[in-house]
Amino acid sequence: MHIPDGFVSAPVAVAGAAVAAAGLAVCTRQAGRNLSERQLPLAGLAAAFFLVLEAPIIPVAVGTSGHLLGGTLAVALLGPWLGPLVITVVTVVQTLFTGAGGLSALGLNLINLALVPAVVGYPVLLGLRRLLPRSNTGTSLACGGAAVVAVITAAVLFTAEYAVGGAAGLPLRTVAVSTVGVYALVAVFEGVVTALVVRALLALRADLVRVAPEPVA
Amino acid sequence: MSSSHDPGADLLIPADTPVHRLAPQCKVAATALFVLAVACTPRPVFWPYAWYGLLLAAVVLLAQLPPLTLLRRLVVEVPFLLFVLALPFLGQAPYVDVAGVDLSVVGLTAAASIALKASFGLLATGVLAATTPLPEIITGLERLRVPRLFTAVAAFMVRYTEVLLSELARLRTARACRGGDTRWVWQARDVATSIGALFVRSFERGERVYLAMASRGYTGALPDVLTGSAAARRAWVTALTVPLLAALATVGAVAL
Repeated sequence: MHIPDGFVSAPVAVAGAAVAAAGLAVCTRQAGRNLSERQLPLAGLAAAFFLVLEAPIIPVAVGTSGHLLGGTLAVALLGPWLGPLVITVVTVVQTLFTGAGGLSALGLNLINLALVPAVVGYPVLLGLRRLLPRSNTGTSLACGGAAVVAVITAAVLFTAEYAVGGAAGLPLRTVAVSTVGVYALVAVFEGVVTALVVRALLALRADLVRVAPEPVA
Repeated sequence: MSSSHDPGADLLIPADTPVHRLAPQCKVAATALFVLAVACTPRPVFWPYAWYGLLLAAVVLLAQLPPLTLLRRLVVEVPFLLFVLALPFLGQAPYVDVAGVDLSVVGLTAAASIALKASFGLLATGVLAATTPLPEIITGLERLRVPRLFTAVAAFMVRYTEVLLSELARLRTARACRGGDTRWVWQARDVATSIGALFVRSFERGERVYLAMASRGYTGALPDVLTGSAAARRAWVTALTVPLLAALATVGAVAL
């Protein structure tokens, strides 16, 4: 979920913006270092891809629209530096033009959506990949597992952010239970879709998956 | 390739007004600051929103935009704001009795302020998008020293979103022709395969786009004609008047 304006207090929002800016600066430096101009159009296309994917236009289950968060998928496909940057661009555009989340809470949203998958999801992904068999299925499962962990981490982090500076007048318990409860389901969905997409991609064009079992140089 | 080569055109309302002519970097900065000022309005206070509305109405009038078209754009926020309906029911005491239901006062004001802030944010970006073509908005961001990595990615993204949407439509048509029906959970595999196929098609298009650009002399930077020019000081003063006036109300609301 994207945190709207007025949901958390100003100091927390400012602190979130500072952390997000620092994290993204690191990503920009690292991505810029080994980014050839060849990858710019690819990153842009990936951003368009995630924007399309995150628009709630893909009906999945009865009555609900599939709304993939996509952070872990981005990290698995583009690596831990470029992935968050692409998700950041997508999130900023969503904030400005679709009203998803508030501009003042942008920093917190970027932490939850773009940085958590890189900081938490990516190490989990690499760890799981080492544990699981070196096959397409093993790698897809590792991606799915990492997505589950990343989404739940983001939900817990969101609750923590609300505990520090919540301003919506909801009791913390309600926020904690509803967020983590709902996001447990979202996490499972995210994990399944991430694993299936990675699986499909490994079969079609394994060289496009950054964490493919046989790394393509 | 695609039928639409003009991203953001559906939001643009062309006219020849001072607002349309203003340098894009000034408009982008003014919009962001205005939204920020609105977002910083303290919760239990509501009078500043009338002032923000007045400011926005003045800009809309100056830009000769049809107000109804702008207001209609608010529809996109509906799915994101459904959750505010729950706030009055889940919020803390004290409660007020509305038609026999106990509603939390804190929850009500929180819901109202979240909805208002989101709406004003959308209206402000709506004015920006209605008076500034998307490529110019990105030029403006570049002039505001947003790292080139971001603006380059954003530029490619806006150009290709439309292309990918039509690609997605083709995939869905193909799936429907083969009996696919995504309403059922057990067909999640189809959805995932489609997403995978969409990603491959996006990337392969990206590779072709890169080769096409490289063969036309692309070296990683856009030509100077596309990067805009510095804005006059008067343009900055004019543009920043609006967020400044909005911020006055915000500060007033905090202080009172």
